[in-house]
Amino acid sequence: MPNITKNWDADNNVVSEKTYSRPVIIIRPPSGAFYLDLRELWSYRELAFFFVWRDIKIRYKQTIMGAMWAVFQPFFAMVVFTVFFGKLAKMPSDGIPYPVFVYVGLLLWNYFAFGLAHASNSMISNSNIIQKIYFPRLIIPLASSLIGLIDFAVASVILAMLMVYYSYVPNFSGLVYVPFLLLIAFFSSLGIGSILASLNVKYRDVQYIIPFFIQMMMFLTPVIYPASIVGSKYRWILSLNPMTAVIETARAAIFGNSRVDIHSLCISGAVSLFLFIFGVVYFRKTERYFADII
Amino acid sequence: MENNIIEIKGVSKRYKIGRGDRYLALRDKLTYFMNPLNMFRKGKRKSPGEEFYALKDVNLNVRKGEIVGIIGRNGAGKTTLLKIISRITYPSGGEIKIYGRVASLLEVGTGFHPELTGRENVYFNGSILGMKKSEITRKFDEIVAFAEVEKFIDMPVKRYSSGMQVRLAFAVAAHLEPEILLIDEVLSVGDITFQKKSLGKMENVAREGRTVLFVSHNMGAVQRLCNRAVLLNNGLVVEDGDVNEVTEKYMSYGLNKAGERIWSEENSPGDDVVRLRRICVMNAKGEIKVEFNTHEGIFVSVEYAVLKNNYPLNTLLYFLDEEGITKFVSMDNLDSPWKDTVRPAGLYRCTCEVPPDLLNEGTIRINVIVTTSPYNLHARDSDVLVFKVIDDMSNSGVRGNYPREWPAAVVRPRLNWKVEMLNHGKG
Repeated sequence: MPNITKNWDADNNVVSEKTYSRPVIIIRPPSGAFYLDLRELWSYRELAFFFVWRDIKIRYKQTIMGAMWAVFQPFFAMVVFTVFFGKLAKMPSDGIPYPVFVYVGLLLWNYFAFGLAHASNSMISNSNIIQKIYFPRLIIPLASSLIGLIDFAVASVILAMLMVYYSYVPNFSGLVYVPFLLLIAFFSSLGIGSILASLNVKYRDVQYIIPFFIQMMMFLTPVIYPASIVGSKYRWILSLNPMTAVIETARAAIFGNSRVDIHSLCISGAVSLFLFIFGVVYFRKTERYFADII
Repeated sequence: MENNIIEIKGVSKRYKIGRGDRYLALRDKLTYFMNPLNMFRKGKRKSPGEEFYALKDVNLNVRKGEIVGIIGRNGAGKTTLLKIISRITYPSGGEIKIYGRVASLLEVGTGFHPELTGRENVYFNGSILGMKKSEITRKFDEIVAFAEVEKFIDMPVKRYSSGMQVRLAFAVAAHLEPEILLIDEVLSVGDITFQKKSLGKMENVAREGRTVLFVSHNMGAVQRLCNRAVLLNNGLVVEDGDVNEVTEKYMSYGLNKAGERIWSEENSPGDDVVRLRRICVMNAKGEIKVEFNTHEGIFVSVEYAVLKNNYPLNTLLYFLDEEGITKFVSMDNLDSPWKDTVRPAGLYRCTCEVPPDLLNEGTIRINVIVTTSPYNLHARDSDVLVFKVIDDMSNSGVRGNYPREWPAAVVRPRLNWKVEMLNHGKG
């Protein structure tokens, strides 16, 4: 028998180049071995794009407001929070106009929460595809976490408008942090989302826990309040949550009113990376049973 | 060994029976761990559910370019085998080696979304089936032309007729270019003309030297397409060889006549909306029979449980001949009180009367489908009933006093004739 290459690539070109050794797929009962196979995932990257593209198309076709929803939701949340927390409860906002302050928090929080919620339910909502066609299942939660980036971009326009309205000049050099912050939010939402997506296949209870879980998480994240109002004794609880540093850094960087805390940003980056790796590995380990039990 | 493109060694697939295992509630798991007694019972956590083998020690080698038909009754393990080869599900034991790119067509139109246009669905569907975007763009015109939906390609698919949807979905799938193609029953879609076209397309695929595994109940299609057939029964390979020999064997023992079929709650076909319970074929007196005279009325009665409210259901019966060619299809939407209305949860019986003098002599096989019109399939089973229609040569049938063998036509309807003499003498 000729040489057998270990990995088989879905890419046609690769197969034809390797005619000297027959590419082979070996199917065995799942073992406990660690497996990630990023190469296979990479070869399906176009599919991830198509999932994002499909979900956005469908969403905007079924709604009258279309893309405006990406703006309305954080905008009205900002209005409500400004009235209740900013005006009535006199929530401090580190010297920044409260609407701008809370909107920055909401932008990043919504990206995280939306990706998390979508990813968690993605296996159930695509169960018919999962039962009929093979592809690395991780593509689906991955696409769910990416969709939110588009909403984020659209909703950012409002932030610019708010700043103009309050004639608040942002610290433009602080914008270099934004890609890193999004990456941390992406890793965290995909990591937690993958674990929940996998659990959701087996235990349908999870879908009822998710909205509650997200709501609770929001109050444990400085979205509507600044982290500075939490006493230093309890700060560490907040900093375990990677979104805390993301939102605090965003405010410090854009408003330039305090120094960016690189230390806690690094911790949050490490936590998000851990969540991501753990989530993805757990998902890949369990995905082989999905078609049987979904 | 050099020419084998698929090598299946001792593959088995085990499922646990009992619905409790399917949707475990987190609660059960939590209460299990909360009970201190369970902490010391590691490894003894076997659920009392029975085990069931969908496949048992299947060994099969497929050479490059072979077209293999996989046949067998429902539940024989055909679809499970395809699902394992396509990696949708994993085997419980054994090993499979596949030398090449696999594409599977377990159902056409998977992932089709009614809100998207035909064009958008072609791209998305092609992509989940494993095509590159550039590949889809290149073949796009060909796909659309094959499906004959050029004019509607930028319309949302929800405005398509179900025939158009199926054609488009099949066209996408038919333009895949894998080394190995797995097909499950997709040729039974569309009208006769399109079925023929699909079959032709499949023959082309075969001629291009690709390997095809083809699951079907349509023995005619299997015989036409395949050169080799594998017969599965209860998860075991029972026959493997020349397509004509294997299909004939299947037909001779698969077609044990059955005038009634009752499903237990565990193995009843269906989903969470509809579960089939019983189907039988009777004469006008309500007696279950397996042989009918051509001039007798035949009553096919389907019973099913509806588990959820708010579904406007339709029951369809397919009448097939021995070879699997559909003679005709009938649907219960003609019973006006239930036409297009929701059927609340409960037990239903739908009885279809085949009038006397319609079926010709021969074996009739029944497939049953319950759908929400027109897209959602709730329950389906093939070959649920098999009965014979015989010609007792009596004068009361279509034959009148014609003494010879009646021609083997698809149907044998009693039609009105009028004979007039127009002129006397030489005309």
